[in-house]
Amino acid sequence: MIRAKINGISLRVPEGATILEAAEKVQIKIPVLCKHPDLPPTAACGICIVKLKGMNKMLRACCTPIEEGMEIITHDPEIVEVRRSVIELILSKHPNECLSCGRNRNCELQKLAGDFGINEQSFPQYLADIPADNSTKSLVLEPRKCISCGRCVHVCQQMQNVWALSFLERGFDTRISPAGDIQLADSPCVKCGQCSAHCPTGAIFEYDETGKVWELLQDENKYCIVQIAPAVRVAVGEWFGFKSGANTTRKLYAALRRMGFRAVFDTNFGADLTIVEEAHEFVHRFTKEPTKLPLITSCCPAWVDFMEKFYPDMVDHFSSCKSPHQMVGALSKTYYAQKQRLDPSKIVVVSIMPCTAKKHEISRDREMFASGHQDVDISLTTRELARMIKQAGIDFPNLPEEDADHMLGEYSGAGTIFGMTGGVMEAALRTAYDYVTGGKLKNVDFENVRGLQGVKEGTIPVGSHEVKVAVAHGLSNVEYVLNKVREAKKNDRVPPYHFIEVMACPGGCVGGGGQPYGVTDAVRNQRGDGLYEDDREHKIRYSHENPFVKKLYKEFLGEPRSEKVHHLLHTTYRPMPEYKR
Amino acid sequence: MTGMASNNSKHDSTVFMRTQAFGSGFNDKRISKEHMKLTTIDGQQIKQAVGKWKDKPGNLIMMLHEVQGCYGYVPREVALKLSHEADVPLARIYEVITFYNYFKLQPPGKFNIAVCMGTACYLKGAPELMQELKNRLSIDEGQTTGDGMFHLDGVRCLGCCGLAPVVAVNGRVHAKVKKGDIIDILSKCKKEANS
Repeated sequence: MIRAKINGISLRVPEGATILEAAEKVQIKIPVLCKHPDLPPTAACGICIVKLKGMNKMLRACCTPIEEGMEIITHDPEIVEVRRSVIELILSKHPNECLSCGRNRNCELQKLAGDFGINEQSFPQYLADIPADNSTKSLVLEPRKCISCGRCVHVCQQMQNVWALSFLERGFDTRISPAGDIQLADSPCVKCGQCSAHCPTGAIFEYDETGKVWELLQDENKYCIVQIAPAVRVAVGEWFGFKSGANTTRKLYAALRRMGFRAVFDTNFGADLTIVEEAHEFVHRFTKEPTKLPLITSCCPAWVDFMEKFYPDMVDHFSSCKSPHQMVGALSKTYYAQKQRLDPSKIVVVSIMPCTAKKHEISRDREMFASGHQDVDISLTTRELARMIKQAGIDFPNLPEEDADHMLGEYSGAGTIFGMTGGVMEAALRTAYDYVTGGKLKNVDFENVRGLQGVKEGTIPVGSHEVKVAVAHGLSNVEYVLNKVREAKKNDRVPPYHFIEVMACPGGCVGGGGQPYGVTDAVRNQRGDGLYEDDREHKIRYSHENPFVKKLYKEFLGEPRSEKVHHLLHTTYRPMPEYKR
Repeated sequence: MTGMASNNSKHDSTVFMRTQAFGSGFNDKRISKEHMKLTTIDGQQIKQAVGKWKDKPGNLIMMLHEVQGCYGYVPREVALKLSHEADVPLARIYEVITFYNYFKLQPPGKFNIAVCMGTACYLKGAPELMQELKNRLSIDEGQTTGDGMFHLDGVRCLGCCGLAPVVAVNGRVHAKVKKGDIIDILSKCKKEANS
């Protein structure tokens, strides 16, 4: 431990702790703009400067480790003045468009400018004339609003290993762009949206489709159906004064109904269905087609995109199951439409997702039109939904609790944990255990696939078999797992895993690119805890025991893996022309 | 609620703006159409460049030097090929190319005109010379004329401040240049090209 003083307060911190981290221990928040808890310091913005007693030089708190006996001053009139100047300089290169910016009132730069009482333009403005890029229809890049903090570049290159975004040029002309100023849609971007979740300003923002949804809700000829993803329910509350992880499922149902949706479904139902199909698929491969092992989960569209681009040799290992919201979409326009005698061409399915990649997934190929129409018409992020609830003037915290609509709304505890890393694996193993052994688990909680460790590996006894599993989240962690599989296949050895789960975003969907801002590991855990609690509170904790899933097979689908099931609920993958990262 | 309808109109119009921006505005580092179409790449040369430097530190810059030595600039296809051969992300290659002034993304002109904007030349009237060249060639700094004849660059000190202001054409230095000399310099180039 190292002893030091901050603003005269003595403290002891572990070796290697930065001034920024140490200051938090004595209740001092040093302002930062480029440093994010998920990312290593880059010392790009210069706002976190502090002084050492007796020295004139200013140091950056984010990247300076504390040394024995240091006496640090974090605030004095000079420091505040320098910080203000830095903010003013950043503002001189930043458009003055707060009122018409999507980040209005949750922009980190705007907040700092407010905190420092900036009330005039001290430097002449220089604005780069760089056009916006909305080519992906998932994310909008507005380099004009970029403050060159480097978070998105680090997220895209290191955390996600995608290398779509980069800094081009240098100094004053530095800008974010895909390699060589091509459009984002032509780059290796997988639309995970982690850049947008980490951007401190409005330079990277979800492709906003709230206007379209309002229009459809107004249209009397349309029958609007909505579904919410697992991770949305434990995060959206953050924008309405709830703690991270607070489960607001039943308030959400009420809010959506009041916004004008005619049927409120739950993607968790789709998750249960995915598990029934995926567990069958797994058991089939495990017992009959071991060459097609490991089975790799495919519910995450950013991961699917990544695999098609960078691991095309793994196509055969992918689960052919569509993601849960696509299943609910396809069934809304077939099963539900038939039952309710609705014209499927008039049905609009909106899915509320923690994700920007889902916006791309809904029209990615013809299999997403299995019902004869586009199965999911619009996918909104959690953030877009939160804005819509506010626009509708709904007093969210005081809403009554309501239930989802029948047929595609009820879910099991296994369905809800889909939103957290390890959850898909856990839910599938519960059902697979039953299918293989015909018996029930003593304890349905698979602790060793839970938690935020980047790669989780384990062996799970299923009857007389041992199932070797791996769970990876955050795309940079995939390489380790898949390279082991590649290596084994190359040398004609048996791959080291039977079942692999991948989610593109760190923490899984709870940390998704479309979730409320300010995510840290603590927040990811809180949101995950909310899901695990939801699971524990459910009487039914096996997907295949969801009575409405059973009913669906009996009344409409037939057997799992049947032809109808394949047409509506399964898909195919194709290698994408390789674009080198 | 109709007022909430068209949140995206602002973004949609910018797609058009972007196509306009190619080849003008952000001139030197943006990709020209011709640049995108280049199809005659000698893969062997790139393989050689990669093989020579692969295991040495700072190798990407050296590979790019070799590539630019071959083509006079770094065509996109070459950058893609280099990315494959050297196993370096394309994004990193473009970061390096655009960071260093030396590397070019556009084919050089037949005559590369470098106006020294170093302190001595600047004080002795380099900005006026630059303006005259821009007017006469109808291009901006960092651009090449439509016929591929002239490429114009502002550079820092050429190391002959005693001769300020200087303009170098394909490396040949013209000393103590006056505004009126520019037309002569250009017509000499044209004559040379025609002969």
